[in-house]
Amino acid sequence: MSATQARTRTRTEAGPGTRRRPSSGILPTAVLLIGAAYCLLPVYWLISAATKRPDELFSTFSLAPSFNGGFLDNLVGLSQYAGGAFWQWCLNSVIYAGGGAVAATAVAALAGFALAKYEFPGKRLVFGYLLVGVLVPGVIVAIPQYLLLSQLGLAGTRWSILLPAMISPFSIYLTRVFTAGAVSDEVIESARLDGAREFRLFRSVALPMMVPGLITVFLLQFVGIWNNFLLPFIMVTRSDMMPLTVGFYSMMNQGSDQTNVYSFVIMGCLLAVVPLIALFLFLQRYWRLDLISGSLKG
Amino acid sequence: MTGRREIAARRQLVPYAFLAPALILATALLTIPIGYAVWRSLHATRITGGGLGVAEEVFVGFANYARVLGRADLLPSFGRLAGFAAIFVPTAMLLALVFALLLDNASSRLTRFSRISIFVPYAVPGVIAALMWGFMYLPGVSPFHDAAAALGLPQPDFLGHSGIIASIANIAIWGAVGFNMVILYTALRGLPSELYDAARIDGCSEWQLALRIKVPLVVPGLILTGMFTVIGALQVFSEPNTMVTLSTAIGSDWVPMMVVYRDAFITNDLYGASALAVIITVVTLAASFLLLGIAQRRAFGSEGRS
Repeated sequence: MSATQARTRTRTEAGPGTRRRPSSGILPTAVLLIGAAYCLLPVYWLISAATKRPDELFSTFSLAPSFNGGFLDNLVGLSQYAGGAFWQWCLNSVIYAGGGAVAATAVAALAGFALAKYEFPGKRLVFGYLLVGVLVPGVIVAIPQYLLLSQLGLAGTRWSILLPAMISPFSIYLTRVFTAGAVSDEVIESARLDGAREFRLFRSVALPMMVPGLITVFLLQFVGIWNNFLLPFIMVTRSDMMPLTVGFYSMMNQGSDQTNVYSFVIMGCLLAVVPLIALFLFLQRYWRLDLISGSLKG
Repeated sequence: MTGRREIAARRQLVPYAFLAPALILATALLTIPIGYAVWRSLHATRITGGGLGVAEEVFVGFANYARVLGRADLLPSFGRLAGFAAIFVPTAMLLALVFALLLDNASSRLTRFSRISIFVPYAVPGVIAALMWGFMYLPGVSPFHDAAAALGLPQPDFLGHSGIIASIANIAIWGAVGFNMVILYTALRGLPSELYDAARIDGCSEWQLALRIKVPLVVPGLILTGMFTVIGALQVFSEPNTMVTLSTAIGSDWVPMMVVYRDAFITNDLYGASALAVIITVVTLAASFLLLGIAQRRAFGSEGRS
């Protein structure tokens, strides 16, 4: 190692690399910053537009925020829209994404552990059966799910969104892959020799080792449900059952008095997006997306 | 003796118990609905019983498929989907790969800020992304129109017939690049750095290092993200469906998924909608397997050559 370093140093000292080194970072950094600007531009536009009164929205320069009290007016207007529907949609989104992701993660933890750490007849068959679900687009399943749930009398209720969110084949696949590496067979065997029952073994020995991976599985599923549109769009028609995505859509469709509704929708988008982005930044260190890229080797 | 055997027998049942919730939910919410859709696609209501006319569900074979495929509005919607996918998939993948390589490049600066910024759109639902971009395309509130006016350029037409496919592809690209980038970036970070040291000693520039060593090694990551991107492209729905209110260029049959929705819930043709849903699923599966096959062959081929 030290020999290599010495050789590299001599090369750098002698070669043309010395001159190239300091300037070579400019192009890649510039390209990355253009990418960052592209991704942040709509968010900045949203903040700026949310500060404008409805009459200013179409008349002032789009990227210049306004300070004529438009922000507060829009906030009040949005809060009062359809009797506080916006806050109900927020609550619904939290219930659907939170509840669905907790259940899906629990189901994936149990199934992934069994697939990673037990040998049993039919294992390949079970894994293949669960994996087919990864390839069939969820959007396609939504319509027959609606038909079946409506026959059970569940369409239009919160269950019609929660139940389909509870099963995530991709989560099971990921959990199996990282559990195989995160939980060692020796630990399981020694706990078994100590007389631990199988479920206790799962709960107090394996589960703590699986937590970092399970947090990522939870976050992926949470975002998936939070961002989903078609399933809740099909399942619920009553405003008080809608998540944010469907709520905004219905708001845009009902808007006859256009500019006011536009201002409220813009304010609503801002209120819906900013907390989620903040949550992301806060939870950043819990995102272990290397599980996904690492899962390819498994 | 018997006690131990009993425990062993019970232990054999344990994995099935752990798998039971997943199997029950997958069967109830995936297998049965998919089977039901296939069943529906092969049936139709026919009026039977002569004069009084009783509606009855009968087996009609592939009649629904023939009817759906023969419809005049289906081919254009698949055409628009192909146009959308042709812009969205390569651009999203290429940008994700370029950004991932630049993040991994030793001389790049401000990488933390860029990584987080480019990942931000992942947290934004497609409907909200479509609304934000939709407003930014709308003359009067669009910064692009303001910029074009300031520079004396002709006003862009994002929401008209000529630009709408690219405009919607842009929304989808904006939402997809960050996630793919992070997957590829973590794959790059997982490569052993000794590889790079050896190549640098041999006089390899950073560009050559990226193209000749890093890219071939992240092919598995490219295949996975590519498959997700293709599957996402073929079921695009929420972006164009949201943009309907902002653009007259988008009809209720703009992409196949919108046709499925319209048939199922607006014109109440559940049999036709099921047939079309099955067709889209088959196309999606075929596309993902095809991509997987090509990618594997190419990865294998380049390995053989080097």
